[in-house]
Amino acid sequence: MAIITYREAVREALREEMRRDERVFMLGEDIGIYGGAFGVTTGMLEEFGPERIRNTPISEAAIAGVAVGAAAMGMRPVAEVMYIDFITLSMDQLVNQAAKIRYMFGGKAKIPMVMRTQGGAGRCNAGQHSQSLEAWFVHIPGLYVIQPSTPYDVKGLLKSAIRDDNPVIFIEHKMIYATKGEVPEKEYLVPIGVADVKREGKDVTIVATSMMLLMALEAATELAKEGIEAEVVDPCTLNPLDIDTILNSVKKTSHLVICHEANERCGVGAEIAAQVADKGFDYLDAPIKRVCAPNSVIPYNQHLERAFIPSKERLMEAVKEILE
Amino acid sequence: MSLDTNKLLWMYKTMLTIRGFEEKAFDLFKRGLVRGSIHFYIGEEAMATGSCGAIQPGDAITATHRGHGQCIAKGAKVDLMLAELLGKATGYCKGKGGSMHIADVDAGILGANGIVGGGIPLAAGAGLAFKLQKAPNVVLCFFGDGASNQGGLLESANLASIWKLPVVYICENNYYGLSMCVLDSVACPNIADRAVAFGMPGVVVDGNDVLAVYETVSAAVARARAGEGPTFIEGKTYRWMGHFSGDAEVYRTKEEKEEWMRKDPIARFEKILLDRNLLDSAKAQALRQEAERQLEAAEKFAIESPDPALDTLLTDIYA
Repeated sequence: MAIITYREAVREALREEMRRDERVFMLGEDIGIYGGAFGVTTGMLEEFGPERIRNTPISEAAIAGVAVGAAAMGMRPVAEVMYIDFITLSMDQLVNQAAKIRYMFGGKAKIPMVMRTQGGAGRCNAGQHSQSLEAWFVHIPGLYVIQPSTPYDVKGLLKSAIRDDNPVIFIEHKMIYATKGEVPEKEYLVPIGVADVKREGKDVTIVATSMMLLMALEAATELAKEGIEAEVVDPCTLNPLDIDTILNSVKKTSHLVICHEANERCGVGAEIAAQVADKGFDYLDAPIKRVCAPNSVIPYNQHLERAFIPSKERLMEAVKEILE
Repeated sequence: MSLDTNKLLWMYKTMLTIRGFEEKAFDLFKRGLVRGSIHFYIGEEAMATGSCGAIQPGDAITATHRGHGQCIAKGAKVDLMLAELLGKATGYCKGKGGSMHIADVDAGILGANGIVGGGIPLAAGAGLAFKLQKAPNVVLCFFGDGASNQGGLLESANLASIWKLPVVYICENNYYGLSMCVLDSVACPNIADRAVAFGMPGVVVDGNDVLAVYETVSAAVARARAGEGPTFIEGKTYRWMGHFSGDAEVYRTKEEKEEWMRKDPIARFEKILLDRNLLDSAKAQALRQEAERQLEAAEKFAIESPDPALDTLLTDIYA
């Protein structure tokens, strides 16, 4: 095992897949000599050249649409939109083209593309550079949505996404890039659509995504000091959602708290809660709780931003509340 | 004229087939067999025919919501198209797409598109695929005057130009985006004037002259194949029918429409062929009958085909 950062893990996945399959290429803003806004593609232009590491103008609709068109014609593009906030400009190409083509063409086409982007707050970037918009894409049949939280998962899932024949929205988090974790030296894949139990526990299930997964693990450590053993589940893939792993955990703990950084209303937590209420109502000893961001615009001021992002304290409080 | 007679007669027959297809489709719509809405191509046949006449098998097109003509000219089969219009399991899209989504990716038809301008970025992507695959092929990107005001055109045409992608932008200026006249929706005299800003040649052509369209697109295709990048072609033409099957057409005059109908691209081309003794009335009649026979067989096929099984509702969402 090597200890590498999340950023390096993304880069390793991209490198390995581009070496493995010459149909894979990248396109996006400032991914060339600049190395990407978050340094993910540093050095890739040197290795693969400008034909395969394609720096684009600031044209998010074209980035997405070119990826769809190239994918339809046999390539395997990995497109990048610098901030998920900018993906609003790509929406027609993702929602009306990428997601629909296979179905509307009667299954006679495939769109093997990955749209990489990153979201999340924590850097005082205010309301247009900090959002968590994953639920928009989870709502659209025809897209897969992946939101990994560790170096191991991000590498293995990105490799799987690139090899998959469907359009995948792949959402990283700006505050996770510098975190480190163990990654095997040998090649491996992490399957799409499989949740991972990151910490075992018997008292309560915490389902958390992306940055909130890391926070939930810290909360679980502190809860353990108070004698509460939390099981922490990372869905990893939001669509298709591995509801069985979540249900099995709830069956064991009888309590569920869902935590994500997107605001609460119609977030992924609502879907998870609905499915558990539908399929696992009898397992539950208390109402399902959501710990999410408030239904607000993300503020600039550091104190306001900190108040916006779900905190460890809030999560621990919610756990204690349903265990009472 | 450098074109051989077979090619000229292919053009004539193709234009007849497109018009006949649209008439058949309208008839089936009025009979309640085609649902939703259809956008008819009648009056614009020279655009698709001259354009697709200039490309080869292996080349690709992106079509529009008014795409029947473009698909037929690229070689789509009228029986599978009509079956799709009727929503049948045997249609191009197994009844899941309908009129606005006729596609045959293997044959280079990357789909008609329900979003105005939605296919424009896809064309650049297909062009990039050809370039990266070192294939000698080109993409014809069809769109209308309405789509010319969509942001995706600016983004894609700029990208195609800086990357010298093998794409030919073909703007079918039929004067109306639903009800809005191009004279009110576009500030410059010609839509092709915008090509200057994309750094590519811009050419205006009489879109009702199939030979002029053919020659203009051929030159652009040669340029694209040579790696010199995209060209922006604007063909001025006119749609004879309303925007869609139920349009009351309150936004234009009868006189204006009749003036354009006198410029009928098929009658005009027929006269050229007759004048040059490449066609006589007996041969013209025979070609018309052949097109009619094919369309009648297609109608029979479509009507007799089964609806898709209900369990296909949930298939083909993912690969």
